[in-house]
Amino acid sequence: MSKRASMKELSPIDVYKLLPKTNCKECGQENCMAFATKIVNREVNIDSCTPLFKKEYAKAFSQLKELLKPAVQEVTVGVGDKAKKLGGKLVMYRHEFTYTNPTAIAIDVTDEMPENELTSRIKKTENFSFEYIGYTLKLDMIAVRCTSGDAEKFKAAVKKVTETTSLPFIICALNPAVAEAGLMAAPKARPLLYAANSENWKDMAELALMYDCPLVVSSPNDLNTLVSLAKTLLAYGVKDIVLDPGTFLNEGIGTTLNNFTMLRRAACKGGEELAGFPLMAVPMAAWIGKGETADEIVKWKEAYLASMLVVRYADIVVMHGNDGWSLLPIAVLRQNIYTDPRKPVAVAPGLKVFGTPDENAPVLFTSNFALTYYTVASDIESNKLNAYLIVVETEGSAIDSGVAGRKLTAERVAEAIKTSGVEGKVKHRKLIIPGKASRISGEIEELSGWKVQVGPRDSSEIPKYLIEKWRP
Amino acid sequence: MPHQDKKDDKKLPDTLGLSPEILDLLAKFQEIELEDFQMDVKELELSFEPGMAGQIMPKLKLPSAVKPGKPISMLQAAFVPPIETYPSKIAEVKLGATKAEGGTRSRAIIIGGETSPAFYTFERPVVHTPIVTLDVFDMEVPLSKAVKMHVKDVVGDPAAWAKLAVEKFGADMVTVHLISIDPLLKDATPKDAVKTVENILQAVDVPLVIGGCGDPIKDADVFEAICNTFPNERFLISSITRDMDVERCAKYVKKNGHVALSFTPMDLNLARELNRRLYDFLGKEDIVMDLTTAALGYGLDYAFTNMERARMAGLMGDSELAHPMSSGTTNAWAAREAWLKMAPEWEPRELRGPLWEVTTALTLLLAGVDLFMMMHPAAVKTLKDVTKNLVNGGKVDAAKFADWVTVKA
Repeated sequence: MSKRASMKELSPIDVYKLLPKTNCKECGQENCMAFATKIVNREVNIDSCTPLFKKEYAKAFSQLKELLKPAVQEVTVGVGDKAKKLGGKLVMYRHEFTYTNPTAIAIDVTDEMPENELTSRIKKTENFSFEYIGYTLKLDMIAVRCTSGDAEKFKAAVKKVTETTSLPFIICALNPAVAEAGLMAAPKARPLLYAANSENWKDMAELALMYDCPLVVSSPNDLNTLVSLAKTLLAYGVKDIVLDPGTFLNEGIGTTLNNFTMLRRAACKGGEELAGFPLMAVPMAAWIGKGETADEIVKWKEAYLASMLVVRYADIVVMHGNDGWSLLPIAVLRQNIYTDPRKPVAVAPGLKVFGTPDENAPVLFTSNFALTYYTVASDIESNKLNAYLIVVETEGSAIDSGVAGRKLTAERVAEAIKTSGVEGKVKHRKLIIPGKASRISGEIEELSGWKVQVGPRDSSEIPKYLIEKWRP
Repeated sequence: MPHQDKKDDKKLPDTLGLSPEILDLLAKFQEIELEDFQMDVKELELSFEPGMAGQIMPKLKLPSAVKPGKPISMLQAAFVPPIETYPSKIAEVKLGATKAEGGTRSRAIIIGGETSPAFYTFERPVVHTPIVTLDVFDMEVPLSKAVKMHVKDVVGDPAAWAKLAVEKFGADMVTVHLISIDPLLKDATPKDAVKTVENILQAVDVPLVIGGCGDPIKDADVFEAICNTFPNERFLISSITRDMDVERCAKYVKKNGHVALSFTPMDLNLARELNRRLYDFLGKEDIVMDLTTAALGYGLDYAFTNMERARMAGLMGDSELAHPMSSGTTNAWAAREAWLKMAPEWEPRELRGPLWEVTTALTLLLAGVDLFMMMHPAAVKTLKDVTKNLVNGGKVDAAKFADWVTVKA
């Protein structure tokens, strides 16, 4: 396989050398070196250096493009606002650099579903929405499977999908003739085409070129064939490729993780271009041979396997189970894994003001652990409460672990009340403390001189608590 | 799964091979009746008929004009598995001791010893299978509904709770949380705590984790009494923290042949620092580290990256981080999404809760955790099944995989 330099070794100097070095500031940065540093940190796009588009820099520009090419190619599925980018990964491990393009979650429909079931499944996928510390978690794609084997039926189903949603979709049919029927129903939608294998690759490659759509290469548990197919398709002119090494349940989980891990390591650490494509996982393989097993069990297995593969390098997961309870942990995990690892764990301590509190407004406190703070803040905000919230320095510990680990102490709470200046803003001296800090309530009263009211253990109950228990 | 003698069906499960399929736990989440649902997995798997797509001839004519340069047959490339070697390995730590070793447990368990990142079995096999210790509390504590329904009969009776954890839920170990010693709660004496531990040692024969209340002074006193009363049992003392009298604790842990759990709040420098202080008294084989577990949705990303970095550093030669890792996975239940009654589209929480715990556990399994402190029986069962499969591997039916396209789900 061909190799390219590992991304890890890229330094600002490497980039700077290829820039115009005119310090023209057109990119918005002070000088070319500052721009080079931002480029290496992936904070700006190379295209914002407009002089690079001049003919004299053409060579430097293409060298820069090559230099900045991610270890895993970025592949776009669909068109318009909801188009979804897959891959584009720069690194293997999360602590090396922020992961780009969160794993896409696709939910399936089939061409044998009654029309109302098909549309209701799509609507459910579209409407999946969960508010989580300032983010809205959503699902991304529809996988349209041909279970009938009938090209006309499949074409009708794809047509129905395009009429129902603007979400990008996957054409799932291993028979090229059937796949083409599906593509004909959506000739400009740029769906992901599933899949080229060692039998049908030539026909699938023609379809991918003709309809300008990205193509999945499928070779279950055979990585030699997988990269051979990728090599063949590249030579054929197909540029946007996704790799499917197969997803296996139960005793096959280890094999599955090994294949994903080896491919990603080969791409990121070994610079192997044929491994450097987005990876597709199909946790819905849990439904193969389901037999009499209860649906909940299959959904459970499908869900935990999807989560493991979100951690281990899947760029897209295809699911059948579409229950909220089984999808929510995956969606939250994906959000967690794809956050910037450089993001601080803590928020700044001090007094936060919500709404328009008066001198009788309640005073609460919480920890400076970012997740705790955002959760409490969002519960206060979304209920439009007028309140003061003191953020106590707990070195980024949550309430319960802070109390247990002596990061959240009565001394720190008393100190935070003093320095917050809240004593000049309210007439009363009553502090509502988190239920999980009840252990230190007596000490807080002693040290701060404030009367302590033990509040709820979970901030979702703050609104109810204030109505029932708050008397300034 | 081994074939089991039908006569043994009524026996309580003692190993994974005999435990019920996860479906039984979940399908019956109203009520847990494990013995009634013994069933071999294979009995449930029906043979699947291959999909039809492959058998259908193309009806449409595809463009056949091949441009010059396009390959007409498949080009060959070889995938070279990217195998690496690491200069160092993770320390092995033995928990529990048999009679022959001076203790009373039926077996000791070794954790750690890894020579590759977690489950890189394409590189090297797993050395010691990660294990699960179940939480047992010595007094009533707030528990989520999904957990409570499985333990309601034993809350307040730690010995019975421990028995349930081992015999019904398949725990490798039991963690005794001595919450009642908290000076701000019941302020139970070290003598009371010794009694509780004594009862649990009588009730079960697995190795134990001894958990304190979080008060650095009281914990040190109670741990000392327990270490001295039960020498050579090789308890995991959970935990030794930076604000305790580390020298005093390390000395009585060492003198009595126990193991220290070195706990730090999500900061690898602090973890190194505490481990260095422990090295003055304890050997590498006497320390497990807890780098802090945050719940899915509430900082799991930090916990994951911290642990993954620690494991990589340990393998790359940073001996101060080359210790087996423990995770307080029960913290998953601190996430409200694990226990809260939510809008109908997210229900039932009886499934959402344990899935939350197992998702937290599996994420950290992939970061390299060796010992899981857990709560919900279904989450424990799944973690153990997955771990067993990851360690043992097994054949995959590659040809069947493509059937996902046509499966009638």
